[in-house]
Amino acid sequence: MNKRRQLLIHTTAIAALATLAMPGLTFAQAKLKVAAIYTVPFEQQWVSRIHKALKAAEARGDIEYKATENVANADYERVMREYVAGGNQLIVGEAFAVEAAARKVAKDSPKVSFLMGSSGKPQAPNFSVFDNYIQEPAYLSGMIAGGMTKSNKIGMVGGFPIPEVNRLMHAFMAGAKETNPKVEFTVSFINSWFDPPKAKEATFAMIDKGADVLYAERFGVSDAAKEKGKLAIGNVINTQDKYPDTVVASALWNMEPSIDEALKLVKTGKFVAADYGKFSTMKFKGSELAPLGTFSTKVPAEIVKKVAAKEADILSGKFTVKVDDTTPKSTAK
Amino acid sequence: MTDILDLLSNVSFWIAVLRIATPLILGTLGVLLCERAGVLNLGIEGIMVAGAFAGWLAVYAGAPLWMGVCVAALTGAAFGLLHAWLTVGLALSQHVSGLGITMLATALSYYGYRVSFPKVSTPPTITPFAPMDWLPIPVLDAQTSLTLLALVLVPVISYLLYRTPVGLAVRMVGENPQAAEGQGVSVAWVRTGAIVAGSALMGVAGSFLTLSAFNAFFFNMVNGRGWICVALVVFAAWRPGKALLGALLFAFFDALQLRLQQAGDAALPYQVYLMLPYVLSILALVLVARKAAYPQALMKPYRKGER
Repeated sequence: MNKRRQLLIHTTAIAALATLAMPGLTFAQAKLKVAAIYTVPFEQQWVSRIHKALKAAEARGDIEYKATENVANADYERVMREYVAGGNQLIVGEAFAVEAAARKVAKDSPKVSFLMGSSGKPQAPNFSVFDNYIQEPAYLSGMIAGGMTKSNKIGMVGGFPIPEVNRLMHAFMAGAKETNPKVEFTVSFINSWFDPPKAKEATFAMIDKGADVLYAERFGVSDAAKEKGKLAIGNVINTQDKYPDTVVASALWNMEPSIDEALKLVKTGKFVAADYGKFSTMKFKGSELAPLGTFSTKVPAEIVKKVAAKEADILSGKFTVKVDDTTPKSTAK
Repeated sequence: MTDILDLLSNVSFWIAVLRIATPLILGTLGVLLCERAGVLNLGIEGIMVAGAFAGWLAVYAGAPLWMGVCVAALTGAAFGLLHAWLTVGLALSQHVSGLGITMLATALSYYGYRVSFPKVSTPPTITPFAPMDWLPIPVLDAQTSLTLLALVLVPVISYLLYRTPVGLAVRMVGENPQAAEGQGVSVAWVRTGAIVAGSALMGVAGSFLTLSAFNAFFFNMVNGRGWICVALVVFAAWRPGKALLGALLFAFFDALQLRLQQAGDAALPYQVYLMLPYVLSILALVLVARKAAYPQALMKPYRKGER
């Protein structure tokens, strides 16, 4: 090897090292690069909450945000690796159906932080998990539902019986039972996240059997309730503005506390594998019972009082809502 | 058992059956037209998505509901024309082309949706077709006019296929294109026409979901209904009357499983109930369609002058 070529290699190596080191130097000033990968469209209730929190951080000027929606599970790992290669510092997403692949990517990219929706445990050093632990407001919304039903029959339509859906349904049922021990439930799943016509059919079937309050886990349930003049309880998002005479109350999920915590830690270089579940609880403002709005005068005062007392108990730690991830079953005959 | 009898005597059960059946009737008639002319159209799933999206978008942009249905039909026809060019003009594999159309139409619809609505948190809605309260026929009076259209189309297409020269030409090119060509019938044109018309019906089938069954467009909302139609055509032995029967039968089982699943004493896991319409349809297929005479030239590309 001649001298000239050696020199060339050395300078290139130095230049390469310099460029590699550069982002580290300018790190503090630059915006954090965050990417999100969703398996469903932005409009899906669950994902919309994550997207909203990240959009808010982007609007504040904290982060540079990129997102891909509707990624098939088979493509998930590829998209993850592309975002890692693109220099993103925090990857947010949902690992539920791709646990093994997502965790492998995290292992292969120790410099990148991951905050993934998952029913599993965090994986050291850089794979944190979150989930919609909003069983507390779900319980409160159940208390209201129990107070609103006249037929003592509540219908619940879900997509799939996964823990994220089941625990909210169980909390809702427990809440309804507290204010109305006579209440009965019908449960059905439509095996799709996005088939509003089918969710409507399932709801119509429940209304035929006497249900007058419907738990709207999916799009389409509130529409069926509205058409038939029945009531609905919202979940994860608040849709009362679209159904002012139908949606009584909603259990809201706020992803902001989780996202802000992760951003803070990544920025200061202190991000470690942790379970972010608690940031979705009411205490951390990660969830709340939506304001009753159009129904504030229609819900019996006695129920409103009970709900407020229960909310105080939850916040003070006096009452804990049980997390039950088993598949809920109909209790109505 | 008495529970099921109670269920069947309930008028709202039959309303649900007809409502679930409507997109299947339209879609099955569409597939039937294509296959009678000898061309398999697996583009149906995607064409239904495109029809659902285009029809809904037109109405959202201010067009009247029926204009939305026309837009859905035209969108379907456009994809049909593409399928015809690939399978008739270029004589390519009908399977591959059809699946390609499904992917293309689906992806284009999603792309169009996201470009039109980059920043919505919940899908925008329209005012869908209202039920025909004025109709003095029970069950039908709770349906929208698209259901009536679907029901009327069954005898119309039946008449067209079996009682008119055009129908004869369609059936001929599906059975024996060489003989049809010998009679001076242009196989290419008749097949193209049948595919375009059939695909237009598929587009309308899709638009039922966004203009009548629901009031917004969602990704993945067609949810396999197109594939059901492909199977229903076999069940129907390529006859419009039986296609109606097949669609109603499938919808019957679907409405039934929704109600059985909700019963508190349901002994089986919910998945079994969800599976019910499919399993029973396969069973029916085995029993009914074994002797079905399928169009002899189905899936055989016709090249002029080739033996």
